[in-house]
Amino acid sequence: MHETTAKPKVAVHKFSSCDGCQLAFLDMGEDLLTLSAMVDIVHFAEAGMLDADATVDVAFVEGSLNTRHDLKRIQAIRRNSRFLVTIGACATAGGLQALRNFTDADAWHSAVYATPEYLDSLATASPIKSAVHVDLELWGCPVNTRQVTGAVRALLSGVTPAVEQDKVCMECKRQQAVCVMVAKGTPCMGPVTRTGCGALCPRFERGCYACYGPAENPNTDSLSHWFEGLGLLPEQLREQYHGITSQTEPFTAAGNRYRK
Amino acid sequence: MSGSKRIAVKVPVLARVEGEGALDLAIENGAITELKLEIYEPPRLFEKFLEGCESQAVIDRVARICGICPVAYQMSAVQAYEKAWGVEVAPWARDMRRVLYCGEWIQSHALHIHLLAAPDFLGFESATAMARDYPDEVRRGLRLQGLGNELIALFGGRAVHPIGVRVGGFHHAPEPARVAAMVGKLNEARVEAGALLDWLLTLGLPTDEQDFINVAMRHPQEYPMNAGRIVSSARHDLDPEDFEQHFQEFQAPHSTALHAHLDGRPYLVGPLARLNLNADQLPGDLTQRLAAAGIELPSRNMYHSIIARAVELLYAIDEALRLLSDYQRPDRPYVDATPGPGGAAWVTEAPRGILWHRYRLDDQGRVLSVNIVPPTSQNQARIEEDLRLGLTRGGLDRDEDALRSQGEMIIRNYDPCISCATHFLRGRSDADGRTRTAIHAQTEWLLSLLSDRNSSILSMDSTGLPRAKPCA
Repeated sequence: MHETTAKPKVAVHKFSSCDGCQLAFLDMGEDLLTLSAMVDIVHFAEAGMLDADATVDVAFVEGSLNTRHDLKRIQAIRRNSRFLVTIGACATAGGLQALRNFTDADAWHSAVYATPEYLDSLATASPIKSAVHVDLELWGCPVNTRQVTGAVRALLSGVTPAVEQDKVCMECKRQQAVCVMVAKGTPCMGPVTRTGCGALCPRFERGCYACYGPAENPNTDSLSHWFEGLGLLPEQLREQYHGITSQTEPFTAAGNRYRK
Repeated sequence: MSGSKRIAVKVPVLARVEGEGALDLAIENGAITELKLEIYEPPRLFEKFLEGCESQAVIDRVARICGICPVAYQMSAVQAYEKAWGVEVAPWARDMRRVLYCGEWIQSHALHIHLLAAPDFLGFESATAMARDYPDEVRRGLRLQGLGNELIALFGGRAVHPIGVRVGGFHHAPEPARVAAMVGKLNEARVEAGALLDWLLTLGLPTDEQDFINVAMRHPQEYPMNAGRIVSSARHDLDPEDFEQHFQEFQAPHSTALHAHLDGRPYLVGPLARLNLNADQLPGDLTQRLAAAGIELPSRNMYHSIIARAVELLYAIDEALRLLSDYQRPDRPYVDATPGPGGAAWVTEAPRGILWHRYRLDDQGRVLSVNIVPPTSQNQARIEEDLRLGLTRGGLDRDEDALRSQGEMIIRNYDPCISCATHFLRGRSDADGRTRTAIHAQTEWLLSLLSDRNSSILSMDSTGLPRAKPCA
């Protein structure tokens, strides 16, 4: 065991989520064994390692903040971690469950919860950066193995990790995919969405639904204009922006323009 | 001998399960006085986000209930829509959906066997620790898991939250060359999956025979995945539309944890229940291998669930091979569908057991209400029953560590998926603000939403016909 103490320490923490981003580690295949030889994974409940309070070099955080207890936990994780990396849409932007933030929370939470004094902490689902400083955000619903291994390598080598900010459109061009919006009139969020997925949806002949969140400088006005031209109704237009990454400033605003 | 000794066993975070849960156990005077499988992952309120959505948004969103079984959610959802709208998918799409589901079974079963369950039987904290002494077995398991992921990605673009399914079929049909490459990999993997089954059969699993009701789907021609009726070892044979008449979800008075009963009794769903009720649908050589190893079906030993997973993993590889061997790329991978009003219930066999959905749709085919009952909430009553019996039989006078590790091992037999179970919950917060959530009766919740008392909750016009409010 003595040689393991010299290895960089890594933790994987979970908050409210589907567990899908942790699979970027568990789905590495045999590379998971390579990774565990390179670093000391000290906390990763789903994989069996339990030491939530350990001091680590890199903490990966999945999921959004939904309770007061979550807020205490994330503060402790921040204190114990040299680098804190959010993985996925929930940790980075609140995720699909953050759609609750648009609802009249008071009305239905009081019908759901037995202990109203804790309702404040449960009324919204928030990204990690709403509570603590985040060193690196990995976007995606889900993130993939390439993203997390790239982050580990960069951080441990003292290199600033490269972050994709291009639009999905750029990736489509690189992949020589036919534009679904131009060729078939299919609504596609690619023009405003960050790439990283490999332009999966357009390559599968369907529109992008923005699971990697907004790209750099997204021109949502222009895209909305296109969507109107394709015949989308206001509520369909709103659904495009208020989906998995609804709690990002450009998408919240673009969708709100079509709220009744 | 324990006399008036009080033992409290707390497992605040269950390791090697999907999602976050805890076990609270108290023993007084040699008897269990408290036993709770607690689930404290906060509710994610999915049914609310689905209201008002169009079919594709529903298919894309239900996947996010669970990163480990997104295909199952998509399959139950898409087929409910097709039933509601009278869509007949082409035989090609039907077969390829079965292949897609095989991918998820392979991936999920390999993950559970190697990363979650096997370390218990061999005495390790984790699979990576186990890999030091069992490198070949762990690597083989990770390769099989990777193969399942590749199979999902072939039809879904990626393994987690795949993007390929639509009402009427698929968005995209893979190129024959990619399918041919996959067939090659499946042929190699079937040898590995056979070796995996043989290895598990030599592990010397614990024996603890218990009486329980098995519940699974049943299809007249095949081992069940995408279609069929719901059957039980207590002679139920139900149309999925009649689910609510026999299955009750309720909150037990002693805890906030939801229990599900079938006509008043706990029951088991998942690989062992499927195997017990559908062994005759498997190739004879597979069941003979079990018989040769001394395993009689139906099995009443929950520790055989790891064997059932390995059997299904091997079967799923063979089934994918069979369905892909004459692969022809269709001109169009889907048939058209006309969205409209109505509703339907559908059930499929998720890796962890039956996953039941019901949708009610407005005149444009948008969601009015959804009800989803995942396998883990169904198994919860059975898990607690098993813990009670299993721990008592093992001896309640053992030390805390022994009780704890047996308790965790029992829970892992069911491969509980807490992310699934907390997709929609009622919650209570305890003193430190941690939400103790209880999987609550979804039917009761929906009824309460629709009742006059709470009508302000929905942006629904109470005077007119029900109209779905805009997709959240």
